[in-house]
Amino acid sequence: MYTQALNTSDGDDRVVEDAARSAQFQARIDSDERIEPNDWMPAAYRKTLTRQISQHAHSEIVGMLPEGNWITRAPSLRRKAALLAKVQDECGHGLYLYAAAETLGSSREELVDAMLAGKSRYSSIFNYPTLTWADIGAIGWLVDGAAIMNQIPLCRCSYGPYARAMIRVCKEESFHQRQGFEIMLTLARGTPEQKAMAQNALDRWWWPVLMMFGPPDQASQHSDTSTKWKIKRFSNDELRQKFIDATVPQAQFLGLTIPDPGMTQDADGHWRYSEIDWTEFKQVLAGNGPCNRDRLAARRKAHDDGAWVREAAAAYAEKRANRSVAQAAE
Amino acid sequence: MATPNSPLWEVFIRSRNGLAHKHVGSLHAADVTLALQAARDIYTRRGEGLSIWVVPSSAITASDPSEKGMMFEPAESKIYRHPTFYDVPDEVGHM
Amino acid sequence: MTAASITVSETPLVLYVLRRADDALILGHRLSEWCGHAPAMEEDMALANMGLDLIGQARELYSYAAKVEAKGNDEDKFAYLRDVRQYRNLLLVEQPNGDFARTMTRQFFYAVFADLYWRAMMMSRDTTLAAIAAKAEKEFAYHVRHSSEWMIRLGDGTDESHRRAQTAVDDLWAFTGEMFAVDDAERGLIDAGIAVDPASLRPRWLKTISTVLGEATLTMPQNDWMQKGGRTGHHTEHLGHLLSELQSLQRTFPGAGW
Repeated sequence: MYTQALNTSDGDDRVVEDAARSAQFQARIDSDERIEPNDWMPAAYRKTLTRQISQHAHSEIVGMLPEGNWITRAPSLRRKAALLAKVQDECGHGLYLYAAAETLGSSREELVDAMLAGKSRYSSIFNYPTLTWADIGAIGWLVDGAAIMNQIPLCRCSYGPYARAMIRVCKEESFHQRQGFEIMLTLARGTPEQKAMAQNALDRWWWPVLMMFGPPDQASQHSDTSTKWKIKRFSNDELRQKFIDATVPQAQFLGLTIPDPGMTQDADGHWRYSEIDWTEFKQVLAGNGPCNRDRLAARRKAHDDGAWVREAAAAYAEKRANRSVAQAAE
Repeated sequence: MATPNSPLWEVFIRSRNGLAHKHVGSLHAADVTLALQAARDIYTRRGEGLSIWVVPSSAITASDPSEKGMMFEPAESKIYRHPTFYDVPDEVGHM
Repeated sequence: MTAASITVSETPLVLYVLRRADDALILGHRLSEWCGHAPAMEEDMALANMGLDLIGQARELYSYAAKVEAKGNDEDKFAYLRDVRQYRNLLLVEQPNGDFARTMTRQFFYAVFADLYWRAMMMSRDTTLAAIAAKAEKEFAYHVRHSSEWMIRLGDGTDESHRRAQTAVDDLWAFTGEMFAVDDAERGLIDAGIAVDPASLRPRWLKTISTVLGEATLTMPQNDWMQKGGRTGHHTEHLGHLLSELQSLQRTFPGAGW
């Protein structure tokens, strides 16, 4: 999910590292031992994880924008407080994840700079616009639902700091999906216009959410090492299927229609979905989604506008340190 | 103009029911006052904490994982340091 | 079709509580506008926390006002279906966020007052207000700490931050007097021990402001002409835009539940 664009091989995994150490490392992974920051690890493991964790972090931070778009227009005080708290949680998740990524040797500044420069990705889903209040319900219900599918297995990933960050995130995530579903339920049971708003939101978000899980398994080149190193514990298709099977009954409960007329249930109860339009997905990843430019522009603006504030804090810290030294010398 | 990198701090929280401070993560802040405030804002939103420690990451020295054998295994065979090694008759009561 | 505004029976206690509730909601709303745009992620967390504190206070106060009024109104009717001229917040809190210095200065001026105010209100003869006060006081103590630390860093940081902080202080100063004004509507409540006389808080407020501005190497303005009108619904142009956004869904879909 956070490595949707990991299609290019950078050659690192072909570097022959100390065979004995690599074997020892793999043995630790195989026996479900956790890898910690100062442990020896193959360069490719460090690189893949840095990319995955940082892209996950970028996703949380950029993810604040589509939902943040409706805080000032939240239609009741209860919804307003819940939405502000949810978006704040996403910021917190970003912070936990940057902290985990930093244990692998990159600084938060370099990771964020890479994102702002368009070099490091974030989840495709956040490049779609929130057009109505129902979109906020749809995001909580579907996007957070999909994220939870992905995050629970990550709580057992081989890298300690990432796993621990995921445990913390999962604890906080439970209210996010419930908040979204409750909004959808209120709308679905509301006025005809509200119900239509809810259906329209589902129509627009369903397919992009399915794309969140990444390309189909046969098209994905990098799953092997990620699976071997227990960074990725289920395949894209497995998670996508799990999500659909869990969500279809929820949509039925809401009285809303999944926008896939060709979807059928097979003999085992699994929902067989229609072909996903992977051209749209590739375009969004390439920067041509509805909101890519706006999202990056917003984050760049926040970063640039805030520079003088960060500089002031640093300048003050230095002055304070100098004063202490001067006082100590007296 | 590039903003100077702000220092990294490690955060330890002792929870309401806890006995010891536990490492919960890290954050960036320009100085110790801002670090403490940020720790409160980021890591205690669900009533997790009663006490916060922030430590500059550079101040932490960790044992070398490759020396695990030398550092920690010798203690494993000195089981007489554990209370369960000793047999105290039940009649004596709790000890 | 749009939802029409409600009418409010503004008996002294209802009016008093609505004034405090509106302060909290409008300021909380302003802080929430920063979400996703703060100068640093850690500060996004802090601004959201303060915003949530304020929205929480607003909800409790609106609910209490609805109970006292006993006319079938509730927190959302007050927040979403009163027009600009029915809002009773201070002019200070409706001022736009501007840059970070302006937001922190607004927070600093207001929080130092609110902290003193709610601490005094813990002695209110009205037990509901006293209970709200006990919680609010702790929240504002933190807002005071947070905003003071930033005033110091902005004032005594770089030339640019100093300039921005001084501009904010100079621009917002004229809105600070309204916090300490009393009108006849409140006199009775003060005499009954339900409300606090805010004028009595001014000397301590001034002392804290002066100390922090001093440490921040900022100059305290000397002009004493103060803007007012918020308490009686005579607002600046900013509130209309804020309420248009805040109330848009409820106004557009009359009678719908959310």
